[in-house]
Amino acid sequence: MTDGPLTEQAPPATTTTIRTGTGWLRQPPRQALAVVGVAALLLVVAVYPLVITNPTATNFGVITLIFVAVASAWNIFSGYSGYLSLGHAIFYGAGAYFLVVAAKDWKLTGSAVFWLVPLAGLVAAVIAIPLGLVALRVRRHTFVVITIAFFFIAQLSASNLGVTGGSSGLLVPSPGNWAPATYNNPFYYLAMLLATATVVLSWQIRRSRFGLQLRAIRDDEDRAAGLGVRAMPVKLTALVLSAFITGMAGALWVYFIGEAFPQFVFDPLFDLAVVLMAFFGGLGTLAGPVLGALILEPTQLYLNLQQSNGYESEILFGALFLLVILFLPRGALPTASEYLTKGRARFRRGRADAP
Amino acid sequence: MATEIAQAIAAGILGGGVYALMAAGLTLIFGVLDIINVAQGILVVLGAYLSYALSVHLHLDLLLGLLITVPAMFVIGVLIYWLFIRPLRGAERTSMTLLACFAVALIIEGVLYRVFGSNYVSLSGWYTTSSVHMFGFYLPDIYLIGFGLAVVSIAALYLILYRTTFGRAVRATMQNQTAARLIGIDVNRVAGLTFGIATAVTAIGGMVFGAISGGFTPNSGYDLISRLLAIVILAGMGSIGGALVAAVFMTTAEALVDIWQPDWAVAVFYLAMVIILTVRPAGLFGRQAARAQ
Repeated sequence: MTDGPLTEQAPPATTTTIRTGTGWLRQPPRQALAVVGVAALLLVVAVYPLVITNPTATNFGVITLIFVAVASAWNIFSGYSGYLSLGHAIFYGAGAYFLVVAAKDWKLTGSAVFWLVPLAGLVAAVIAIPLGLVALRVRRHTFVVITIAFFFIAQLSASNLGVTGGSSGLLVPSPGNWAPATYNNPFYYLAMLLATATVVLSWQIRRSRFGLQLRAIRDDEDRAAGLGVRAMPVKLTALVLSAFITGMAGALWVYFIGEAFPQFVFDPLFDLAVVLMAFFGGLGTLAGPVLGALILEPTQLYLNLQQSNGYESEILFGALFLLVILFLPRGALPTASEYLTKGRARFRRGRADAP
Repeated sequence: MATEIAQAIAAGILGGGVYALMAAGLTLIFGVLDIINVAQGILVVLGAYLSYALSVHLHLDLLLGLLITVPAMFVIGVLIYWLFIRPLRGAERTSMTLLACFAVALIIEGVLYRVFGSNYVSLSGWYTTSSVHMFGFYLPDIYLIGFGLAVVSIAALYLILYRTTFGRAVRATMQNQTAARLIGIDVNRVAGLTFGIATAVTAIGGMVFGAISGGFTPNSGYDLISRLLAIVILAGMGSIGGALVAAVFMTTAEALVDIWQPDWAVAVFYLAMVIILTVRPAGLFGRQAARAQ
């Protein structure tokens, strides 16, 4: 695991700047390129709903950005620490149900409901603490299985408790008389804010001592503990942070969708979709989950739109998953950069050999 | 009330035998290959649908149908191993194989939806409707037949594991794969056959499940796999005897809670698992510590 994708990442741009003190112009072109690329991506995402006003297209945009946030949040815990969670739907669903029930009980409507989103994140974070204290005692397979079991408990509770409306579901208070043409825009920009904040947080964590401790745990937990990493608090902090973001994303999602049924709010495919995004882009990398969500979520939404029956997209989804695992086991980004490095090395060697 | 409780205990124990058989396959795969086969649930459902297809289209008796479905499921298991599990190597193998199994489960579920639709079907034979009168209550024959099949299959698994050269190779691979390879065991062959055997038992488990569950759809795999995972975790991964005890304990507890709280009965499964894990992370009968990485 030591030869993971982490080692190939270029050091963050700022360290070079500080060390040389000669400004961004002297930086290697690759980093300047990354800065320009991120700025361009942000610009494209920001103007997208202004240029393309088709409601279906902006609808795809909202859901995709929500999944960018969720996949990055999942990666902060599972990607960095190596503890594969298949239970993040618990936090997503808890955030979603909190928003629906609180909006109904406190009689909130319109944009006031958005203030519940951070609170929903807090609720999910609080739920993550006992779950983490139990589940993080075990490792590897057992951990994965426990997260699955917790997920089924959550789903069962949602179908049987009175507060969630049981299996007949709940309707979210409608946002009111927002203009249909720009209806999606508040959701879109909030989702964009959440996604951007999550990626920045993920980036900061990667660079920090905390991130290093997490990755040390991933590589060898016992050795990390021997070197003085207090594994349990570190793992739990990552899980709680991840749950906080996932809960906010779930709350935003349910307000956008407008209804909450146990089988959709606690969906076993949700976790699989998020894991596939992270794996597809590159597990434990910064850009991997973002890229995975940007490519896979619109594809899945499009497929769902094309086919009324769920099973064909299910077969396609499974097949895609298998292809990624078998042929791109380290993710599309790391594999691509590996090929690029190899190709460049071959090119240089070829030039050196030439007379 | 006493009759109800006695009946719940009897049904729990007999039903537990069937779950034990399915869980034995799961825990065997874990022991030999270090893989959690999350597709085990949908494979049971696939086994049930195979029995269903044979009985509806060829009018074959369910028990006779096993002569076809068991080898068929064996072949399917070996194929899954060779195509999707064996190629996975490297440090991330643990999580990769789990996800590969999940993907296989999705594909099988999708195919089952396509072929059989989403309506509930159930298996029937002369023994699914008749029942015997025992200790003041009625027990459907199929429970007894299912329990008998489970006992015979588990005994056969034990004989294979402890009385044959192949079983010795399997146990050696369970203990230490590198050492097993060094003394000349073809670990890949052992792993493939183990996957096949563990899948073959799902044909039997699926037939009985299809007959006693009162109806199943392709979606039933999720419910099954979550119960099976709870059983093997409670038992301690890799322990077949433990899976037996845990399965009977879980189904009996569920049947008892079901008398008063039918909606929450299945929660007993998970609660028992969570409580055991907080006290004993290795599970009840876990040999190797689950904490070891």
